[in-house]
Amino acid sequence: MADDLIDLPTLKELEETVGADFVAELVAAFLEEAPGMIAELRTTLDDGEADAFRRAAHSLKTNANTFGAQVLGAQALTLEQEGLPDSTAAIDTLESLYVETATALQAISNG
Amino acid sequence: MAERGARLLVVDDNKVNRLLLARSVELQGHTTVSAENGRVALDLLREEPFDLVLLDMEMPEMDGFEVMEHLSVDSELRDVPVIVTSSLEGLAHVVRCIELGADDYLHKPVNQVVLKARIDSSLEKKRLRDQQRELIKRFATSEVAADLAQSGFALGGRRLYGTVMFCDIRGFTALVESQPPEETIELLNAYYALMFEAIAAHSGVVNQMIGDGLMAIFGAPHALDEPALAAARAALAMLEMLEQLNAKREGQHKSRIDIGIGIASGEMIAGYTGTEQRATYTCIGDTVNLAARLEAHTKIAGETILVDGDTNAAIVARLRTSALGPVAFKGKSEPVDVFALQETI
Repeated sequence: MADDLIDLPTLKELEETVGADFVAELVAAFLEEAPGMIAELRTTLDDGEADAFRRAAHSLKTNANTFGAQVLGAQALTLEQEGLPDSTAAIDTLESLYVETATALQAISNG
Repeated sequence: MAERGARLLVVDDNKVNRLLLARSVELQGHTTVSAENGRVALDLLREEPFDLVLLDMEMPEMDGFEVMEHLSVDSELRDVPVIVTSSLEGLAHVVRCIELGADDYLHKPVNQVVLKARIDSSLEKKRLRDQQRELIKRFATSEVAADLAQSGFALGGRRLYGTVMFCDIRGFTALVESQPPEETIELLNAYYALMFEAIAAHSGVVNQMIGDGLMAIFGAPHALDEPALAAARAALAMLEMLEQLNAKREGQHKSRIDIGIGIASGEMIAGYTGTEQRATYTCIGDTVNLAARLEAHTKIAGETILVDGDTNAAIVARLRTSALGPVAFKGKSEPVDVFALQETI
């Protein structure tokens, strides 16, 4: 499961360059910040703020790619590029994907 | 890696990015300060010196493009190297960043090896540029160096109103013959150091040194409100400096040094003359010739500082001068009114 969600070589390379302990800190920071970004996607969709929506998707994409969370990254990229969706369905999908990714990331970086 | 750690500013609104970039850079031996948006970054840049900026583009409040626009018009900051780290999609963003002066555009997630290579290269370029600037300053005066940095180099002049000063050591030839050359060089160095300081303190620019003589310009390359007054005050400061030098020489049982100064104000053409390979910043015109003639005339008149009518008119309310009457100079069809500037006020 984790193998699909996280590109292990990317994460391994990150650990090698900045240290495994630091990556664990970084993952913790991501897990702290990401729910806020997803919430931001929802509120900006409600308010029709395309720019802020794009920025939140962009942030999420960048962070996901940093950890090799390629599936989440690809999904966020779609939101960034396509702009405000018609419904919250896309955000819901993204959120459940995020929850799985977060679990996988925690499992790997703590192990 | 650079011989010492550099100070980098990491600008990113995203915490994970900020932490990761700072960590990567610190592992390379540098120190970092972080800013979470463009506005905070600009404030920091204006307060503290940084060797390099790692700049994100997509940020709330002030984005990276705006930061770069601000930097490009700020003469203090426009040479701080910027490496853009962004994951904005599309080539157009990359092009815009480079056009705005970024050293490079690194796509996030940033490859650590590329980041290190890029930082090292940018810091090395900055070091060379700083070194070059130092050299230009040494050989050109800081005003000309600033003018060159700002407007670039182009042969040609522009017409302006300014004041020219010539200064010469009296009896220099006899002095040179009476002492070993090493002592003459030492004397010239001390003398020039003092004269430069006095002239620079009054916004003048020394643009020529020939043996014991020097030429200084007031009002170019940067305009001055009162170039004549600045030149006259510089001349008085030069005499004060010279007294210090003479006091020291007296203690060493060496002979006194005396100088003559000629000052003239008026229109002139200032700019770079020479060739593309070798050029100098100078002023040309009647005013320049007159200043040189006045300097030569100090010996005949038995005065230390002589000024022309235009200079006198500009300073007479604030400094003490005395009219010496008209003098016929070579190359001048009409006699010129000459005034002596008094040393003590």
